[in-house]
Amino acid sequence: MVDIVFIDHDGAEQKVEARTGSTVMLAAVTNGVPGIDADCGGSCSCATCHVFVHEDWIEKVGEMNPTEEAMLSLNPDRKTNSRLSCQIPVSEELNGLIVTTPEFQF
Amino acid sequence: MSDVSALEHKQSKWSMVGKDAYAMPLEDIDLSHPGIWQANEYLPFLERLRKEDPIHFCKESAVGSYWSVMKYNDIIEVDTKPDIYSSEPSIGIVDTFYDLNLPSFIAMDRPKHDDQRRIVQPVVAPANLKNLEVLIRERVCKILASLPIKEEFDWVQLVSIELTTQMLATLFDFPFEDRYKLTYWSDMTTAISGGGVEQSREERLAAIEECLAYFTRLWNERVNAKPGFDLVSMLAHGQATRNMPPDEFLGNLILLIVGGNDTTRNSISGGVVALNENPTEYGKLRNDVSLIPNMVSEIIRWQTPLAYMRRTVIQDTELGGKKIKAGDKVIMWYVSGNRDEEVIERPNDFWIDRPNARHHLSFGFGIHRCMGNRLAEMQLRILWEEIMQRFQFVEIVGEPQRVYSSFIKGYTHLPVVLHPKD
Repeated sequence: MVDIVFIDHDGAEQKVEARTGSTVMLAAVTNGVPGIDADCGGSCSCATCHVFVHEDWIEKVGEMNPTEEAMLSLNPDRKTNSRLSCQIPVSEELNGLIVTTPEFQF
Repeated sequence: MSDVSALEHKQSKWSMVGKDAYAMPLEDIDLSHPGIWQANEYLPFLERLRKEDPIHFCKESAVGSYWSVMKYNDIIEVDTKPDIYSSEPSIGIVDTFYDLNLPSFIAMDRPKHDDQRRIVQPVVAPANLKNLEVLIRERVCKILASLPIKEEFDWVQLVSIELTTQMLATLFDFPFEDRYKLTYWSDMTTAISGGGVEQSREERLAAIEECLAYFTRLWNERVNAKPGFDLVSMLAHGQATRNMPPDEFLGNLILLIVGGNDTTRNSISGGVVALNENPTEYGKLRNDVSLIPNMVSEIIRWQTPLAYMRRTVIQDTELGGKKIKAGDKVIMWYVSGNRDEEVIERPNDFWIDRPNARHHLSFGFGIHRCMGNRLAEMQLRILWEEIMQRFQFVEIVGEPQRVYSSFIKGYTHLPVVLHPKD
């Protein structure tokens, strides 16, 4: 199990345990983390699991594929550390990962 | 609608009205004809195709040949592969937008789609909607306060159309007193001959011309003014849109008008129909209005206000074991995917506290996913919050009349009587 910290837009923190091989989106949804809708269920096609990755972790979460880039590029709230959490696989290297959820999901 | 044209359409050789979905040859099933949609007889046809031929080829129809994609996961596959399944030249089953050829970003591929959509997306961004919430609530209250009590009236006219039209006028910063023109233009562009809304092609073209002239005037006013936060100003100042040719300007306007009009309008009516058909659910709602946000998603799934979106295959491909050739039309029947027994539990039940209610296809998925989804949800949420404050029962007292269209799944007439809370 791997620890992931979700911080909401007001700064409230929630630490959850995630299973390796799962995704950051699933970790949020199965642990009732608010602010992640994940309408499409993880097929990288709705952009409602948008998170901001803490700068210390941005390299460790890996690269975006073109589909994720395409979905995020239509979101006006997008920042340089934006990711879709359904596209971040949980691995041992991500133990302690910190992500912030946006105020709104599109 | 005139009875003569309705009769003619029912007798059309393409109509499947009155036929037994399970008794006819599979290859003869044609979902594109509006008859079964208006007659509310479509469900058995969808069910049979999902079970027996989920990627179904219709060889011959009034609109030519086309593939039907019936199942939830297959629809997601098509919707998320825009490089194989193109949105050009049209997202309607016929190539021109109901015989007018108007380019708009819903029917464009990347990169032009992305560039144009980005210009207008902020108007329906959740942060902006938060600012609009107070205004929407005020208008909803005003509309509800004006309704007749214990006396029959048409919910479609007085609530569904009125509320969505006011919202559109706000998003365009359109002169409020002229707002009914927006509804008229929207109806004129989407109506199919015989649907009863428009009289003739000439009248429709005249309406489109009036629409273009009106908006051109607004554009000219706003292009020279400071950038504002309305759709016309955004288009006039946006880098990817400010030099659009007139047909593209008009196409995008109509997209935004229809997108914000026909869809939410029919979900507003659909919620009343769903609750009347499911009194236990209405009871649940009376006991617990905190179910409203979840119910809103369930209404949008249950109604599916746009029955399908079309794509056109641009390279030979395979889907569910069927070979699909470049040039073929592919129809993603969202209305069928939303009833897919393998993905959605008890899919034909309207269930206001359904788990995972947001997990539906009505907004589409991928880069063309509905950009107004949050606005639609907010309008419906506020409306139901205010209805439940005032009325014990919005009772349907006559047969709902449905739209003659296989694309726009909605209501033309919904007679109701309001029963206030004690």
